[in-house]
Amino acid sequence: MSNDAPVLPDERGRFGEFGGRFVPETLMTAIGELERAFAEAQADPAFRDELDALLRDFVGRPTPLYFAENLSKRLAGEDANGEPRVRIYLKREDLAHTGAHKINNAVGQGLLARRLGKRRIIAETGAGQHGVAAATVCAMLGQECIVYMGAEDVRRQALNVFRMKLLGAEVRVVDSGSRTLKDAINEAIRDWVTNVETTHYLLGSAVGPHPYPLMVREFQSVIGGEAREQLLGVEGRLPDYAVACVGGGSNAIGLFHPFYMDESVHFIGVEAGGEGLDTPRHAAPLSAGRPGVLHGAYSFLMQDEGGQIEETHSISAGLDYPGVGPEHSFYKESGRATYATATDDEALTAFRLLSETEGIIPALEPAHALAHIVKLVRDVADGTVIVVGLSGRGDKDMEATAKALGVKLT
Amino acid sequence: MSERIGEALARAKADDRVALIGYLTAGFPEPDATVELAKALVAGGADMLELGLPFSDPLADGVTMQRSNLKALEQGMTVARSPELIRELRAAGVVIPLIVMTYYNPILAYGQDGFVQDIAAAGADGLIAVDVPPEESEALSGRCREASMAFVPLLAPTSTDERIALASRQASGFIYCVSVAGVTGVRRALSSDLGEYLNRVRRQTDLPLAVGFGISRREHIEALHGKADAVIVASAIVDLIEATPREEREEVVRGFVEVLTGRGKV
Repeated sequence: MSNDAPVLPDERGRFGEFGGRFVPETLMTAIGELERAFAEAQADPAFRDELDALLRDFVGRPTPLYFAENLSKRLAGEDANGEPRVRIYLKREDLAHTGAHKINNAVGQGLLARRLGKRRIIAETGAGQHGVAAATVCAMLGQECIVYMGAEDVRRQALNVFRMKLLGAEVRVVDSGSRTLKDAINEAIRDWVTNVETTHYLLGSAVGPHPYPLMVREFQSVIGGEAREQLLGVEGRLPDYAVACVGGGSNAIGLFHPFYMDESVHFIGVEAGGEGLDTPRHAAPLSAGRPGVLHGAYSFLMQDEGGQIEETHSISAGLDYPGVGPEHSFYKESGRATYATATDDEALTAFRLLSETEGIIPALEPAHALAHIVKLVRDVADGTVIVVGLSGRGDKDMEATAKALGVKLT
Repeated sequence: MSERIGEALARAKADDRVALIGYLTAGFPEPDATVELAKALVAGGADMLELGLPFSDPLADGVTMQRSNLKALEQGMTVARSPELIRELRAAGVVIPLIVMTYYNPILAYGQDGFVQDIAAAGADGLIAVDVPPEESEALSGRCREASMAFVPLLAPTSTDERIALASRQASGFIYCVSVAGVTGVRRALSSDLGEYLNRVRRQTDLPLAVGFGISRREHIEALHGKADAVIVASAIVDLIEATPREEREEVVRGFVEVLTGRGKV
C-alpha cells in the first residue's frame, strides 16, 4: 500500500461527492463497528503479518508480472531491431489461488470477521469467482458460508456453483429482478439486515456503503503494489498505462490506486459495452449512466429517468452490474482515470487472441481490458509500456464462450 | 402539513388507543386502485396513510413489498406521477395525514428540492426515506422543514443510544421504530425485546413513536398499548389486496382495518 496517496475517502466515506452510507438504520451500528475494526486491524502489525503470510502461502503471492511478447508484437509490430514497439505486461491474478483476484479481499475480510467474532459469513457473487473465494476462505478459517447468486448467473456459471458447494458453502439462488449480481447483492443485504448481530457480509467488490469501498481497495491494492515494484525491477520505470476491466471495479482500483500519485501513469478502466452503447443492452454506468444511490453508495448508475435501476447485459457475468464503486466515479469526475467500453464481440475476439498468442486463457472480464488494448496500441508512441490487470482465468467461461462461438461441447 | 400528524396522534391518545397507520403501494395493483383503497382504509378507521412510492430495488423489503413495488412499476407508476396521485387522494376526500415512503434514488432522480416541494404542495404531511440514515439526511430533512413537512427517521433494535439521539434531533412528526432486525413482512409474534427497546427510545425523545415491520394482528396492536403511539401495518394489507378480487377489495380491506382498530369482529 502506498503511503503518499491522498486521504480518501474522508471520515464520511466520501470520495469527493461520491460514496457515503445509504443503508437501512438496522445496519448502521454494524457498519460503524466494521469501520472501527478495520482501522484497528490495519494498525495492528499482527493482523498485517497474518494476512501477508496467508497471501504468500495460501494465495500464492506475489503473482507474476508476465511480459506478453507475442501479444505485444502481434498488436503493435516490431522495430528495426526486432523488438516489440509496445511492451504489454500482464499482472497474473489468474494465477492466484482459486483463479482470480477476488481471493485477496476474501482472505482480508475473512480475518476481519474472525476479529469481529462473527462466524456466519454471507457473500454475493456474479461470475462465481467471489463466491468461490469466499467459500474457500471460510473453509480454511472454519466459518459458515452462504453465497447469494442470481439464477441467470447460476445458469451461466454452473461450474463455479459446484465448486462453492464442494467447498462447503450453501448457494442460495436469487430469482428476483434481473436474476444477476445486482439482485444477489439485494438479497445478501436483506439477509444481513436480518442476521446482522451474528453475520459478516463479505462484499466482493469496491462498492457498497463506507467502509467497504475503502476496505476492498486496501485489500486489493496488493495487485498494484506488486505490479509497481515488479515493473520498476524489469523496466526500470513506471508504466505509461494501467488498464483493467471495471464491473464493480475492485481489480481496477486495486491495480490503479498504488499508482495514484504517479501522474505519468494513465489509468483506463474498461466497462462492458455488451451489444453496444447505442443499445440498452450493456453494463457501462460510467460511460452511459448518471450518479445516484444503489447498494449504499452515491455513484454512477444505469437508471431510467425516474430513478429506477435498469437491467444490464454483458456476456461476462462479473461485469453485469448497473453500478460501480464510488472511487471510480471520483476518478472519472476528477479526470484521474478515463473509462472506455468493449463489446461482447470485442471481448470474445480478445479472449481468443490471448489464448492463441500467449497460451493464457483469460476470463471474459479481463478480456474486455485486452480488447481495449487492441485499440489503444494503434495510437501510442514506440516504447510505450502497458500493464494490464489479468484479473482471472477463463476456465469458468468455457461453456458460455463455446455457446457464443457456436461450438457444441458434447 | 406536519401539524396534522400531531393532531391525529393526539386524537388517538385522547381515545386511549394506539393510532393506526395503513400502508399502500402507490399504483398497486392497478394504476387507478390507490384512491379507492385509501378510502377503504379511512372507512375502516385508519388514522394516517403511508403511501409507498415504488423502487426497483427495495432492499429493506421482504417478498410482499418486492412484488407490489415491481407490479406498480410494471403498471406504469412513477415517482414523477406521485404529486398528481396525492392531489387525487385529497380531492377524493382522503383528509387523514399522508406520509410518503420511498428510497433515495427516485427522490434524487426527481430532484431532492423539487420532490419535497411538489409532494408538500400536493398535500403530503411527511416523508420517510428508507435508505437515508441520519448521517446522510441533513439536506433532505432540511428541505422537509422548509416545506413544513415531517421528516420521519427510522430506528432499529440495533440502534445505539447515540444513534437514537442523532435521529431524534432530525425527526419531526414521529419516529418510525422498526420492530425487529429484518426486512418488512408479516410475522406471527412481536419480538420479546420490543418493550425494552421502545423504552430506550422513549428516554431520548418526546416525539411520538410508531412501530412497524411485522405488525399484522389486533393482538400485536393491543400489546403495544401504552408503549407506542402508533403502529404501521403494511405487508398484511398488501397481502390482502393481492389475494382479493377487485370487486370485493374495498370491503375486505375496510373489514380488516376495522378488526385492527378494534371496531369490528375477527
